[in-house]
Parts: sequence; structure tokens; C-alpha cells
Amino acid sequence: MKHELPKLPYAMNAVSQAISERTIEFHYGKHHQAYVNNLNSLIPGTPFENATLEQIILEAEGPIFNNGAQVWNHTFYFETFSPLPKQQPEGEFMWLLVETFGSFDEFKSKFSTAAATLFGSGWAWLVVDTNGKLAITQESNAGNPLRKGQKPLLTCDVWEHAYYLDYQNRRPEYIQAFWSIIDWSIIEKRFLAAK
Amino acid sequence: MAFQLPALKYDYKALEPYIDAMTMDIHYNKHHGGYTNNLNAAIEGTSLTALPIEEILKDVSKLSPAVRNNGGGYYNHNLFWEIMSPNGGGRPQGELLNLIEKFFGSFNEFKEKFSNAAATRFGSGWAWLVWSDGSLKVFSTPNQDNPLMDVAEIKGIPILGLDVWEHAYYLKYQNRRPEYIQNFWNVIDWKAVESKLQMAISKL
Repeated sequence: MKHELPKLPYAMNAVSQAISERTIEFHYGKHHQAYVNNLNSLIPGTPFENATLEQIILEAEGPIFNNGAQVWNHTFYFETFSPLPKQQPEGEFMWLLVETFGSFDEFKSKFSTAAATLFGSGWAWLVVDTNGKLAITQESNAGNPLRKGQKPLLTCDVWEHAYYLDYQNRRPEYIQAFWSIIDWSIIEKRFLAAK
Repeated sequence: MAFQLPALKYDYKALEPYIDAMTMDIHYNKHHGGYTNNLNAAIEGTSLTALPIEEILKDVSKLSPAVRNNGGGYYNHNLFWEIMSPNGGGRPQGELLNLIEKFFGSFNEFKEKFSNAAATRFGSGWAWLVWSDGSLKVFSTPNQDNPLMDVAEIKGIPILGLDVWEHAYYLKYQNRRPEYIQNFWNVIDWKAVESKLQMAISKL
């Protein structure tokens, strides 16, 4: 099965209040594309030749896992941005966020800390954990919560390539700007599907 | 006594066009400076402040992640600046060249092996040439780990290191890590690497 780079649901310059067009060009056009290409060149003749990305995330190791998980992670990350985002969640999901973390701002602050303190390359996640509770987690490199039986709802890429052209060493500024382009209607849909 | 950010022996622009001045400035002042400050904060008020950095790293598995990450970051960048020079490049000579030929076949085979270790390190980390158990070895470590640490897969004394965190090359090379690695060979100060080899041999 040949994996494809999914289309971005907005223009390259659409979220430039937080992430520049140049960063999106490299991040989506070069990094995300390279993970797709690498995966397609790695899987022929292996048990993962016809596997879905989810199967690869659950079962593969080494370069096939790394590239397959990075394809999935980047798609999941880019899908959540919008130039005109729904700025906060509502309904049952909002209620659960408040119940779990104290308030929406408290949630954002805890997630931001997880993203800021991950050492090296990786991802911060909001997941539904194996007990059905909302939880904030960190994964190094290509790590993905599906591997632990968790259901991911939101992620922030803190590989330096996600922010270095715009923010250099100032990762916390990138994380703060990240919130301004998250479309909560997408996270709500994921939550409903995960229930 | 607190650890100090060591002075650079060349200007920020001295390694251009291979490493640009803006990258040098941010890498040295913000990243290396950050590791230095965070290391000092992590060991403040403990007996570790009396030890040289090499001794701290030796038993790092017993210490906090903050000491491992920032102590590694402090040491690794010290070494990185030392083994580069605006008058670098070319080939090693003398005993270093002899040992490289002995353990890797030829200088070119060594270059290929080291470049490959740097290119294939997934995520953030370092590629190393290490004096280990009486031989030279090439490998890579994740994040700010290094061969002095008890957690390292291969232990020994590093004599050459290449930073492949994206912050080391992203402003100039973006996703083109292999191009950065190729250009690194133009700024290696082989005399500095040779003197690290001599010190490593005399210690063991």
C-alpha cells in the first residue's frame, strides 16, 4: 500500500499569526513528505507492506515505526489548525476538561508545561487514557499514544523543526502561539469518536 | 564553584559559510548558555558542585534528569566548540591518522562511518569518535547523552563530536542535515582532536 501525503486543509500562509508560511513549507512540504517517502521505500517486502499506519504504530519497530508514526503524528497535528478556529471547546468535552484539570486555562497551562519540558525532540499529547480519563502525556521522537492503548485528541510538535525558523530557542513562545490556531471543533469531534 | 560558559576562541562568523553567525550566536549564548545555567541550578547546594563535569557525568544514572540533560549539554557543547576552527578541515596527521586507518581502514571509510552515524541518529543527539578500551569507535547518542556517561551504550573518552540537534543547523540547512554534516568536515580542527586523543590515551 502506497502512503500519500494528505492535503493541508488550508493555505501555507493561513496560520502565519502563529506559524510562518516558510515553516509550513518546510515542515509539511519537506519533513512530512520525507516521512511518507521514507515509509514507502522501507515497507516493500516486509510484513508492513499492506499495513495501515495504525498497525505500523502498534507493531513496527525501528525505521518503519519512526517514519510511519511520524506520518500519522504530523497529519494529526496539521489537521487541528485553522485560520478561523473555534477558540474554546464546549459541551461535554469542555465539562470534562474543567473537571479533570480545574479550568480550561489550567488545562492549557499544564499541556504547555508538558510541551515546554519535553527534552529533545518529541510531542505533547492530550489523550483519553486506558481508564477513560483525559490525560496529558509526552512522547519522545516519533512516540505515539496509540501504542499504549490511549486515544489521542490533540498534539503539539516540539521537534525544533516545528518552530526554529520562527522562534529559535524560544519554544515557550511557539507553544503560546500554537493555542491561537487550534480549532476546538476538531478536537471535540475526536473526543466524540473516542468515547 | 559554578560552571562557566567557556569563551569561544573565534568569532560567531568565523566558521562561515559552513556554520552561519546567527546559528553560532544563538547556539552558544542561548542553548549552551541555557545548559550551563540549568546545570548550575540543578546542582546548587549539593556536593556535586565540588566535582569536575567529567566526574558528575560518570555516575549520571544515579542523578536527576536535569543533571543528565544539562550536564551533558554543558560538556558536549564545550567539546564541540573546541574541535572546530576557521582554519580547520583537511585530514588528521600522525598518530591520530594511524589509529583511524588501523580501526576504520582509511580516513575516507572513517568519514563515511561517522557521517552515517550523524545522519541516522533519529531525533536529537550527537555523533562521536571515542577512545574506548584501547580502540577508536564511532557511534551516536540521543539527546545530550555522551560516552562519558554510565548510561551510554559505548563508554569511553570522546575526542570528536557532532551536534545533530536541529538547533545546530536548522537556520541555514533546514531539513538538509546531510549537507550540514558534509560541511562540518571543513571546520574540524584536527590538531585539537589529536590533543584530545593524546590526553585520552594517557588517562587509560
